[in-house]
Order: sequence, then structure tokens, then C-alpha cells
Amino acid sequence: MFDELAHRLPNPPHKRDGVPRWTGNNRVKHTAQHLLPGGGDWERGRRTLGGFVLLMAFLTACLLIAVPPAMAQTADLPALVNALGQGGFPEREKAIDALVATSDVHVPAILQALSDGNLYTRKSDALVVLATKAGDAYALKDPVSGSALGTATSDDIEKIKVNNGLRGKIRTEIGEMTLLSTDRATRLSAAQSVLKTADPATLDLLKKALAAETDPQIKNVMELAEAVIILKTNASIDEKRAAIATVISHGDRDAQTVLLAALQTAPDELKPVIEDGLASISRSLQLWDIAQNLIYGTSLASVLLLAAIGLAITFGVMGVINMAHGEMVMLGAYVTFVVQNLIATYVPGLAEYAMAFSIPAAFLFTALVGVCIERGVIRWLYGRPLETLLATWGISLILQQAVRTIFGANNRLVAPPNWMTGAFELGGLTITWNRLWIVVFAVLVFTALQLVLNRTPLGLQMRAVTQNRRMASAMGIRTPFVDAMTFGLGSGVAGLAGVALTQIDNVSPGMGQNYIIDSFMVVVFGGVGNLWGTLIGAVSLGMANKFLEPYAGAVLAKIIILVLIILFIQRRPRGLFALKGRAIEQ
Amino acid sequence: MITQLIFRALDRKAVWLVSILLLVSFAIPFANLVLPDSSPFHLPNYAVPLFGKYVTYAMLALALDLVWGYCGILSLGHAAFFALGGYAMGMYLMRQIGTRGVYGDPILPDFMVFLNYKSLPWFWYGFDNFWFAALMVVLVPAILAFIFGFLAFRSRVTGVYLSIITQAMTYALLLAFFRNDLGFGGNNGLTDFKDILGFNVQAQATRAALFAASVIALSVAVLVCSAIVNSKLGKVMVAIRDAESRTRFLGYRVDNVKLFAFVVSAVIAGVAGALYVPQVGIINPGEFSPANSIEVVIWTAVGGRGTIIGPIIGGLLVNAGKSIFTGVWPEYWLYALGALFVLVTLFMPKGIVGLIRSIFTRKNPARADNTQPEETGQTDRPLITDAQPGPAE
Repeated sequence: MFDELAHRLPNPPHKRDGVPRWTGNNRVKHTAQHLLPGGGDWERGRRTLGGFVLLMAFLTACLLIAVPPAMAQTADLPALVNALGQGGFPEREKAIDALVATSDVHVPAILQALSDGNLYTRKSDALVVLATKAGDAYALKDPVSGSALGTATSDDIEKIKVNNGLRGKIRTEIGEMTLLSTDRATRLSAAQSVLKTADPATLDLLKKALAAETDPQIKNVMELAEAVIILKTNASIDEKRAAIATVISHGDRDAQTVLLAALQTAPDELKPVIEDGLASISRSLQLWDIAQNLIYGTSLASVLLLAAIGLAITFGVMGVINMAHGEMVMLGAYVTFVVQNLIATYVPGLAEYAMAFSIPAAFLFTALVGVCIERGVIRWLYGRPLETLLATWGISLILQQAVRTIFGANNRLVAPPNWMTGAFELGGLTITWNRLWIVVFAVLVFTALQLVLNRTPLGLQMRAVTQNRRMASAMGIRTPFVDAMTFGLGSGVAGLAGVALTQIDNVSPGMGQNYIIDSFMVVVFGGVGNLWGTLIGAVSLGMANKFLEPYAGAVLAKIIILVLIILFIQRRPRGLFALKGRAIEQ
Repeated sequence: MITQLIFRALDRKAVWLVSILLLVSFAIPFANLVLPDSSPFHLPNYAVPLFGKYVTYAMLALALDLVWGYCGILSLGHAAFFALGGYAMGMYLMRQIGTRGVYGDPILPDFMVFLNYKSLPWFWYGFDNFWFAALMVVLVPAILAFIFGFLAFRSRVTGVYLSIITQAMTYALLLAFFRNDLGFGGNNGLTDFKDILGFNVQAQATRAALFAASVIALSVAVLVCSAIVNSKLGKVMVAIRDAESRTRFLGYRVDNVKLFAFVVSAVIAGVAGALYVPQVGIINPGEFSPANSIEVVIWTAVGGRGTIIGPIIGGLLVNAGKSIFTGVWPEYWLYALGALFVLVTLFMPKGIVGLIRSIFTRKNPARADNTQPEETGQTDRPLITDAQPGPAE
């Protein structure tokens, strides 16, 4: 929520919400574009073929993007490609069949180039090349590997001719290779691009693919695409009615767009059906939106809870506003970074489980730092809460600068383990694994703290000191020891928050500053009576923020929340769950 | 009544301080403008606006001291009042640019042309007039402080909670001013000023005059603060700082006293901000950052809170130290500032002034006074005795 302090522009909060740091897909995309023979030249396709060429270019581009570069090409592919340049049309047709039979990932692109008239035979060695006109000369490329083969004049090379019969064949073959491919990802991206372009020429092929399709997700997309195409053609009213019903049954945003487009061109008797469908879709979309906001809110609430709960302990028990709390979070994150690197260096086999070591290490280290701070500085300042605020602010500056000196000012990357990357879909919702794990982690930490406070002798002593310090002391509780332990516990929990935050935020010396004001707001809103106040504070602020964001925008939502908190404090100057009685009054 | 107030303000310490300040307001421009370059006392050109900046910071620290040192309200949002005053002045300076901006629009400042504003937003009306802007420099912080203080003090939000919501206030303003559509230049703020009252802000004479104006404003602030803290009202403020509940039970209107101090303090901070902007040549939302407000607290603490001269010394010394430090060892400044926070709170709770005073007191116990806050926050210590029960007004 309030994730920016100081001099920088406030970033949109959770800019990576729902997007893992880097995904496999992004990587593949980059590499595949590098390997793409001839770049986007196919897109300059012949206009005579109209939208279909564009569609196919799109299909092949999608196809190449979706295919990992690691997939090796078939060994005799260059030979088969060279066969394209030999003989007349019948031989060419056989060569195409042979190419298709290899099912190699490069074949659709090569066939497309052939269809577009970009494939040439080099006269000198009868090699088939991909040629693009560059000024007077032609730049030659290997159609399979995409590597440059120098330049040639128009006399050196001869275009491989294709007729309309061959073009039709190529069109079908490419469609089948993608829509009927054995690779799931290829089929999915092909189906999605058919849905986007919705070219009536693909209808027959699509029906064939649909009949063979077994994967429910792809089938879904194909059905939708089929319905969209039917709506575009001159099919009968009944057919269209059925198609509209199919679209409505999908009920997602794509369906909404499709129906809106269909509404413009639909015959009058279909318009009420479409309008009803639109209404029902927008109703269900609203529900999904609310659900998605709930998930975002829960995710933000878990982060806020983790960041604030340590502060709630130190503030609740000791009345110390610990301005260095954010730096404890930051130290926890750096411990995670160090542990990850140590494990990657010395026991690479355990890299996947580095988190399991980071969690106790971060807790112990930050707890130790916390105890040192308490023993060194804070214990001299009891009874002067405003001055502990200043001293801990000073400590936070020193810690930040120390980390900057040791690790540098740049962001450090803590690589997420595999089980925390990616996302999954649940109905109309997208949930990222890292966010989900952080929610789980926050719940675990909260439960553990409740147990410590309510079921252990230390917890009993802490509660006693919170409620009446002098009385507790008179009863023989070593309040200085309890103070040190409490501060250690609060700092340790902040360290745990740091471990979790490495998965969603940059690890940098200033990262703690981003959370300190959020944490304050949560604690002040929830009150210091017990941890439930912190939980409720975190959940309400997280939810309120995420539900305001769609209407007000991220920054304005934060401002509104801050103003609401300021007003709320007027009503309840000690937060939601204030301790009652004289002891808490200053 | 008023003569009595002025008479009180002119107690010996305040007179000395104001005399020194007025001397400085004359000496520094003299050393810069009149003395030849060859003179050992000649002041280089860059130093004048730099010193002017320190003076406005000292004024901000004094404003905070009035509420924190004397009334026990630790505001972590005083930079907000400073920045609001600065923005009011910045708006005036922007309107003075006229057609000399990059886009040459006679009415709209550059950033508005850039952001496709068609006409001037209503809240920019009137800022082409200096006196209107000056009025806003005072009124805007005062109104914000009044509303905020009225709500907070009436609900008896005190101590740490008050500190945190003042911090929330300045943070909310920081975020708001970062927004382009608020109409204050967004991230870049207001800059590229040309004229103030028809004089070029870059000219050396103007800068010297601005410096003198800053010192005179500080002197006036010293007199105002001195008058307040030496009055009966000031005694009640100290009583509130030391034992708020007890003061309330004695029949004083604690909320009103606090509100008064808070508003006066905000006005002083706003004026300081207005003088700061033409001297540094820019105002941007960074001035609202909570870290700035906390830094003001340490200036006050270093100098000695609960005294008039303390925050001025603190503001000047810490900022001069910062300039020197960041020039010589930039990477160690944060260590130094952090250590300053820790060491001052631990070992010098009364600041430099308190330290000097305790040395004097040891020699001459008769001079001990009780205007300084005690070291412990205990509430059950005797009340200041010379405040008579009765309505605070």
C-alpha cells in the first residue's frame, strides 16, 4: 500500500502484482525472435491472399514464440528444403508433403515463405535460400537456421514458383501443423490467434481441429473462435443463435468484446439475445472482479500483516515506536540473499530449499540485532517514547548506510524457487504462487506468535509487562530481560517479513523505508491491545486499498486511506483494540 | 495588553539574539557585495543563498520547537507546512515568469502547457499578485494546522499517536503533490524562476536582500516565540508539556492552547518555506517527505529544545555540518546523522544549550531555571508553580 517514502516518485503499488520476476515465456520470446529467420518479412505477405496470409504469419509467429529454442531441428531438414527448388509443381507438392511429414517446428515458417514467394534457388549451387530485397541486391538467409548467406543480384537467384493450388495446400498444411499439432502450447496459441483474427477461411479447419481436440482449455478457445467466425459469416439465424449461446456461456472478457462487436452487425431479431447475454456477462464479470479484488486485498493484507506484526509487539509491550523496524525487514531480506548465495556456492543441490535455511537464519540474525539495539540504546530511554523514536530513526539511518557500504546501493535479486514461480487460474481469477505462499506464511507467523504470546512463559511475562509494568516487576518478573526478549522477538518477526518480501519486492538498502509507514498505519489503526487488532488492521487497510484502487487509482487510493486513518484516530485515539485502564495512559 | 506582550518579548536574551541576527543580516550582504574580492572577509557568491537556506531551516526548527519544546507536541509533519508555504511562494514566482518560459505562454506555466492545460486552474488565480501570495503563505499552513489540530487535540490524540498521524499527513501530501493532475507540477515541482517583485532572483543583490529578509523574518519569529513563551500562555504550554491531564483538571482549556501553538508554529514554518524557495530556486514534492520532518526534529534536539536560541543553533550547525560532510565524505553523512540522532537522545537530551547551561549552573546554581523539559517522562512531578489557575486566554 504505502510503499514509497522520500524522494522517489511513488511507484504504482505492486507493479509486479501477478507477474513473476521473469517468466520462462519472456525468455523464450526473446531468444525465439533472435532465431527467427528473416524477422517479420513474412508479414509483408501478398495482399491477394488477403487476411489469410496475415493470419498465417501471425500463426507462425505465435508458433515460433511458443516453441522453446532447445527443440532441435530434424537432421535432414536442409535437404528436404532444397528439394523444394527441384522440378515442377508435382515434385514441389511431394517435397512439401515430405517437409510436413517431419513435423519440424521450422516447417510452417518455411512453407509460409514459399507461399509468399520469398524462397529462391541460388543458381550457383542449387541451394534454397530465403531472399529479401535490399536495395538493388537481395540479402540471402538460410531458411532453416536463419543465418545470413551474403547477398546476390537478381541474376544469381531464381524464385521458386508456386501456383494457387499449391498455396491452398500450404494454407491447409500450416493450419493443420499448428491447430492439429501434437504440442499443446502450439495448439493453444494457434487457437488463440484464430480467435483474435476470426477469419472465415479457417472455419473448416477449425471444425476439424475441434473434433479432434481433447484438452478442455484449448477446446474452449476453439469453440469460442468457431462461434465468433459463425457470427461473421452469412450463416442462418439459428446457427448464429447457437453461436451466441456458446459465446455467452464462456462469460469472460473476450466473450464480452466479441458480443459487443457482434451487436453492431447482428440482424435485429438477434439483438435482444445479445443484449441479454452482455448483461449477464457483465454481472458475472463484476462478481469475478470482486473476487479478484478480494484476492489482491488478501495478498496486500498478508504483506502488511507481516511488516506490522513485529512493530505491534514492540510497541504494544514496550511503548517503543521502533523507526528501525523497516531496516529489520531489510536486514531479513539481505540475510535471505546471503544465505541463497552461500547455498548456491557450497551446496548447489539444496538451492531449491534455500528458503528453509533463510527463514531461521533471518529470524535469528535480526532478533540478535534487535536485542543489541535494545540493550545498547533503547533501555536508556524508557519512559521517553518520543525520544526512542528519534534514536531508532538514527539507528535506521546507520543500518541503511551500513548495508549500502557492504552490499552496494543496487538492487539484489533473490531468485524464487520453482515452486514459488508462475501462476494458476481459478475460474476467472489469476493467482500467483508467490503471493499465495506469502499469505500462507503470514498466517503461519501470526499463529506462531499467538501461540508464543498465549502458551509460553515468556508470552505470559510479556503480557504481564504490557498490562502493568510495575506490578509485573513487583511480582518478580525481570522486566529488562522481558524487554530485550520482546524487542528481539519483534525484530525477528520483521526479519521473517523480509524473507517473504524478497519474493515480491526488490532487495535494496532503502526497502525498509517503503514499509515503515504502512506498518505504523496498521498498528495505529488496529491498536496495541492484542495481535488480532493488527490482523484486522492489516486486512481492512489491504482490502480498502485494493477496492479503492480501481476507482481512484493507486496513489489517490493511498491518500484516501491515509486521510481516513487520520480521521479514524480522531474517533478512537488508541486504535481499534485499545487496552483499557489506567496503565496504558501516559 | 499588547505593550505588555512586546515588553515581555524584549527580555534580555531575546534582545541579544535579535541584535546579533540583525547584525548578521547586515554583515553578510555587506561582506558579499561591498567588500572587494581581495578582502579576507569577502564572502563568495554561492555562500549567500546557502546561508539563507540555513536561516530558513533554523526558522523551521524554531517553529517546531514552539510546539515540541514548549508544548510537548512532537510533530513529524512540520516539513508539510514549510513546503506549503514554499509552494505558495513558488506559485507566485511561476506566475512572474510570464512569456519567458520555454513555451512562452503568457498565463500558463510551462508544466501546464506541457500537460495540456487549457486554462489556469482556479486555485492559481491571484498568485500573480505578491501580496495575495504572501497572504496565502500564511493562510494555507495556518488553515491546515487549524483543521488538523482542531480535530486531533479535541479528540485528545497525544504522544506517539499524534506523531504518527502528523507523519501520515505529510506523507499524504507528498503523494498528492506527486500527482500531475493536482496542478502543482507533479514530480518536478515548480522551478526555473525569473523574478521576485521585479528583481531577478539570480542577481547577487536580490540574493543578498533575500538573505537579509530571511534573517529579519527569523528575528520576528524569535520575538513572537519569545513573547508567547514568556507570557502566562507560555507557562500553560509548559504545564501541558509536563502534565497534560493535570493541567486540564486544573481548568485550563488544553485543546485551545495546543491549537494556538500549533497554528502559530505552522505559520512560522510556512513563512520559512516561502523564503526558502526563491533562494534555492526550486520546490518539489520531495520537501514533504516524512524523513525531512524527522530531520527537523533532530536540529531542534541538537540545539536544545525548550529554548528559543537552541533550535536556531541546531538548525544552523547541523545543516552547515551536512554541507561540509556531504562535500568531503558523502558516503559517511548518513552514519554521522544517524549517530547524531542516537548520541543526542542518549547523552544530550537538553542539546547544546542545555549542556552550556548546565556548565554555567554548576558554577552558579542561582541561575538554574525550569524551562527545560526534564529528562524523564514521569507524569507525577510537581507542576510549574508560577502559572496561575484560570482561563488560558
